[in-house]
Amino acid sequence: MTQVLAISFSLNGKTIAVDVPAHVLLIDLIRDRLGLRGTKRSCDMEVCGACTVLLDGEPISSCTTLAVDVDRRAVTTIEGVTPPDGLSRIQEAFVLHGGLQCGFCTPGFIMAVTALLETTPHPTDAEIRHYLDGNLCRCTGYTKIFEAVKSLARRQDAA
Amino acid sequence: MLPSPFQFERPSTIADAVRAVGDSGDGMFYAGGTELLLALKMRVIRIDRLIDIKGIPGLDCIAVNGMNEIEIGARCTHRKISGDPVIREHVPALASLCAEVANIRVRNVGTIGGNLCFGEPHADPPTMLAALNARLVLEGSRGTREVYADDFIRSEMETVREPDELLRVIVFPRPAGPVTYRRFKHGERPSVNVAMAWSLNPGRSTITSARVRVGALGSRPQPLTIVEGALRNVAVAEARRAIETALPAALDQLEVNADRHGGADYKRHLAGVLLLRNADEAIIAGGSWPK
Ligand SMILES: Cc1cc2nc3c(=O)[nH]c(=O)nc-3n(C[C@H](O)[C@H](O)[C@H](O)COP(=O)(O)OP(=O)(O)OC[C@H]3O[C@@H](n4cnc5c(N)ncnc54)[C@H](O)[C@@H]3O)c2cc1C
Ligand code: FES
Ligand code: FES
Repeated sequence: MTQVLAISFSLNGKTIAVDVPAHVLLIDLIRDRLGLRGTKRSCDMEVCGACTVLLDGEPISSCTTLAVDVDRRAVTTIEGVTPPDGLSRIQEAFVLHGGLQCGFCTPGFIMAVTALLETTPHPTDAEIRHYLDGNLCRCTGYTKIFEAVKSLARRQDAA
Repeated sequence: MLPSPFQFERPSTIADAVRAVGDSGDGMFYAGGTELLLALKMRVIRIDRLIDIKGIPGLDCIAVNGMNEIEIGARCTHRKISGDPVIREHVPALASLCAEVANIRVRNVGTIGGNLCFGEPHADPPTMLAALNARLVLEGSRGTREVYADDFIRSEMETVREPDELLRVIVFPRPAGPVTYRRFKHGERPSVNVAMAWSLNPGRSTITSARVRVGALGSRPQPLTIVEGALRNVAVAEARRAIETALPAALDQLEVNADRHGGADYKRHLAGVLLLRNADEAIIAGGSWPK
């Protein structure tokens, strides 16, 4: 028998309440039930990072997280960090530096970079590489993504 | 992929969690779910109930206890251990190990207890904890018992833990000398890893005893007893030569599986390389121990 649990959590700053079966995954709740399709599923095994969302500000793989586990916590998706009238600073840097081609990995990268810069506004090269080590991109060869993130670390330094 | 349906329980005490797993049908403890959910999604494990232990207070503490031992709650995530001030001060090698496990997302939710209880041979913490002579404290329906890290993993993906025994805490003596750890990997998980813990005399010039463990080669971490013997009461400055002399015989004794991580001879060779690099690091660290 399927057990359904009532959960409530903050999604991109708005509190929502839903009933979810205990075995439903966060990515399916977000994409299929709540209609936020920016979060992507690729490997489905916590390796690629395409499905990255933030839980209380920290990146997690939504492909391998139970929806019931976000009860009373805060989830941020790519929709939540995209301004209604354009692009965020991080998204702009990815565009400027050519940090995306097909774009499938991009939401995951943007979420990881968001979390990185939140805790470490001026990451070193090694810190950037270490933090993003678990996000995979089949198109860009990573150099342009790295340069995009580096530009953000630098620009803040100058400010 | 979606797991098959299960019941989800959130006990708030260890006793309730133990009782819940023992109830009818197949129940399993659930912490970060980074291994368990993968197995459930692939349908290689079937369960009726998941017993979430994340709501039990006290399982994520890290402290030095009254016996000069370090205690790490089983529910501590890799991220928490890597940033914890007690671990960074007393066992910096364990903090760095946890900072390199998997990726940022797995480190954020995956726990050290889940890592140990899953019994995956290609893992980092079991090797280091065996070198630290750690004890694992299990709470079950028949009471509390302690198992040495060396004896915990029985074989690949199998531990001596009973299904209704909860791993509560990991305890080990505060190191009395440098602890070093290295691993080699070309995929997600380590292909070979080597941990070494030295106890030094008060003058820091001599190794009074050494524990050396090699992991990921067989089903569980293995001691390099010949190297340990060769290091007993040896001057720190002579450690590298002592290891080099003992190494061929010691490596021969290792049980090494050939798998997708590499052939047996290759991985045995890597174990020797990593051990000597650990030794070089320990010799330098030994001179400034404790910091
Ligand atoms: C992509 C990827 C890369 C990885 N890379 C590495 C790596 O480089 N090195 C490495 O060492 N590991 C690696 N891992 C493994 C990772 O460390 C573990 O997935 C994680 O620590 C498991 O913890 P968890 O809390 O998620 O366990 P869960 O998945 O919740 O549980 C795992 C098992 O332990 C049991 N369990 C959990 N907690 C307890 C407890 N307190 N008492 C009794 N039983 C318990 C569960 O019933 C289950 O059987 C990797 C994993 C992934 C997915
Ligand atoms: S789809 Fe979740 S990590 Fe790849
Ligand atoms: S841009 Fe195509 S996978 Fe990264």
